[in-house]
Amino acid sequence: MKAGMIGQVRPDKGTASFKLIGYSFMSLVTLICFIPFWLIIVASISDEKTILVEGFKLWPQVFSLDAYRSIFSDAGPLMKAYAVTMFITALGTLLGLLLTAMTGYVLTRQDFKARNKVSFMIYFTTLFSGGVIPSYILMVKYLDLKNSLWALVLPCVLSPWNIFLMRNFMKSIPSSLVEAARIDGAGDWQVFTRVILPLSKAGLATIGLFLALNYWNDWYHASLYITKEELYPLQYMLYRMLSNAEYMKQAAEAGLFLGTETLPSETLKMATALVVTGPILLAYPFVQKYFVKGVMIGSVKG
Amino acid sequence: MRKGTSLLSGVRKHSVLWLMLLPVLIYFIIFSYLPMCGIWLAFTRFDFRLGFFKSPFVGFDNFRYLFESGIFFRLLRNTVLYNAAFILCGNMMQVICALFLNDLGNRRFVKTSQSLIFLPYFISYVLVGLFSYALFNVDNGLINTTLRSLGLEEYNFYLEPNAWPFIIVAVQVWKGLGYGSVVYLSVMSSFDQEIYESARIDGATKWQQVRKLTLPMVKPTFMLLVMFNLGSILKGQFQLFYQLVGNNGLLFNTTDIIDTYVYRSLTVNFDIGMGSAAGVFQSVFGCALVLIVNALVRRHDKDLALF
Repeated sequence: MKAGMIGQVRPDKGTASFKLIGYSFMSLVTLICFIPFWLIIVASISDEKTILVEGFKLWPQVFSLDAYRSIFSDAGPLMKAYAVTMFITALGTLLGLLLTAMTGYVLTRQDFKARNKVSFMIYFTTLFSGGVIPSYILMVKYLDLKNSLWALVLPCVLSPWNIFLMRNFMKSIPSSLVEAARIDGAGDWQVFTRVILPLSKAGLATIGLFLALNYWNDWYHASLYITKEELYPLQYMLYRMLSNAEYMKQAAEAGLFLGTETLPSETLKMATALVVTGPILLAYPFVQKYFVKGVMIGSVKG
Repeated sequence: MRKGTSLLSGVRKHSVLWLMLLPVLIYFIIFSYLPMCGIWLAFTRFDFRLGFFKSPFVGFDNFRYLFESGIFFRLLRNTVLYNAAFILCGNMMQVICALFLNDLGNRRFVKTSQSLIFLPYFISYVLVGLFSYALFNVDNGLINTTLRSLGLEEYNFYLEPNAWPFIIVAVQVWKGLGYGSVVYLSVMSSFDQEIYESARIDGATKWQQVRKLTLPMVKPTFMLLVMFNLGSILKGQFQLFYQLVGNNGLLFNTTDIIDTYVYRSLTVNFDIGMGSAAGVFQSVFGCALVLIVNALVRRHDKDLALF
């Protein structure tokens, strides 16, 4: 708005060239960010044979919904993976929110003397860590979590970053409200559930979305801890499909015969990727503002 | 004695608060502090059946092998150079995008642009790997399809180690652009608008305002973010590298970082001792780096330091 006003009042060459370069540059960047998505969408509704002959194009040469048809004709494994992902996302997000909110609340209580020590104990884990291998051995050998869905839930349920973000959100709640509730005889737990939680909706939404996104997109922990096919979450199932296809293709080119299993078609890969990512893309327009808010509050400090 | 009783009375006074904290404390002790003892593994020839306590102790053998074989140098070089490129290219692109998004008048354009730039942040790295496959594979990737249709020779990216540093940096910048530009946008929106007003009255063009006002005011944030990112220069973007390159040994010379090496030594080579040694190096020196960076920032401005 302000740029438009100035443009009318005092049109000068500098502002015009700024706008020209600005709009073209940002259009280009925006296009580059979006093209891969477009490419996958187009490929998923293209005809397989045309793609094998002509390659991926930015416009479907021959339109076909065969890939989606074949996904939904044999939807068993995909539905199972959907169930796994929805289960760990729901459980992990709720559990993570509860624990993060409780910690955030305790760390904002000025009369809680151990506040700084506990903060440091949590913060220290971002400075120094034992690394992947000790965690793996702990999870598999000593906690016996191989092929358990807890192995997908627990590693991402708490993060120092989320805890401090929650604390920053809660700091803005006036302590007079807490005092008033306590004078009315509310205990610490009541203050938390009746005063703090209802006033932290924005923070809970933001952190809940960060948690949910993280669980939905996780393939890494499944690659470490899950070997049973019926426990694969969505992203790991997609990853297995892509890497197996690549492996079989290389083997076929090297002249090896690996059984009668057919390669997943190119269009099938693309359609599966979209079905797996679908909920994120659908929710994106509605939840984006919470992420922006989270990034802004998180970037202030900590 | 007195300290003990005061702690005890503190616990009693805030028993509910301590109870609320308890699961979180247990969580960090089990999943963060307990694995720290795993540093020990770097000094053993780990055998899964013998476990943590009984595997034979070998001193610094794992480290010696990593250094003498040259693997270590390669991992360190790749990790540091990639991160340096990510930090510089990433922050620069984020500042440029934030500048334009902040100052282009058309709200609809800015909103759409910002939404689409933020989109890559939300997708899994598996999908990022598929994107790169759809763009770069030799049989039907978009780039090779286009090259062929223009009558040019095809280019097999997956056989060319030298192409990947550019691809990997570009993809990382692409994925982090939305997030980072929101950070810079939030900084820019906090600037005093009156300064711009008076600059405009004095006849400053947009370019002059950017150069003389916005950039100098963004500079401290830029330096701070770069500094803190430099503190984690030994931490690799495992998912990015693994999904783009995977276990393609042809490309390792230019694409293998500490994190991918550790992961492979756990899942492919089963060489726990060696992987742990690389991991310990990363943790110890990474921690030291953060402390150094923080001390430098602290000397410069106490309020900006992390702790």
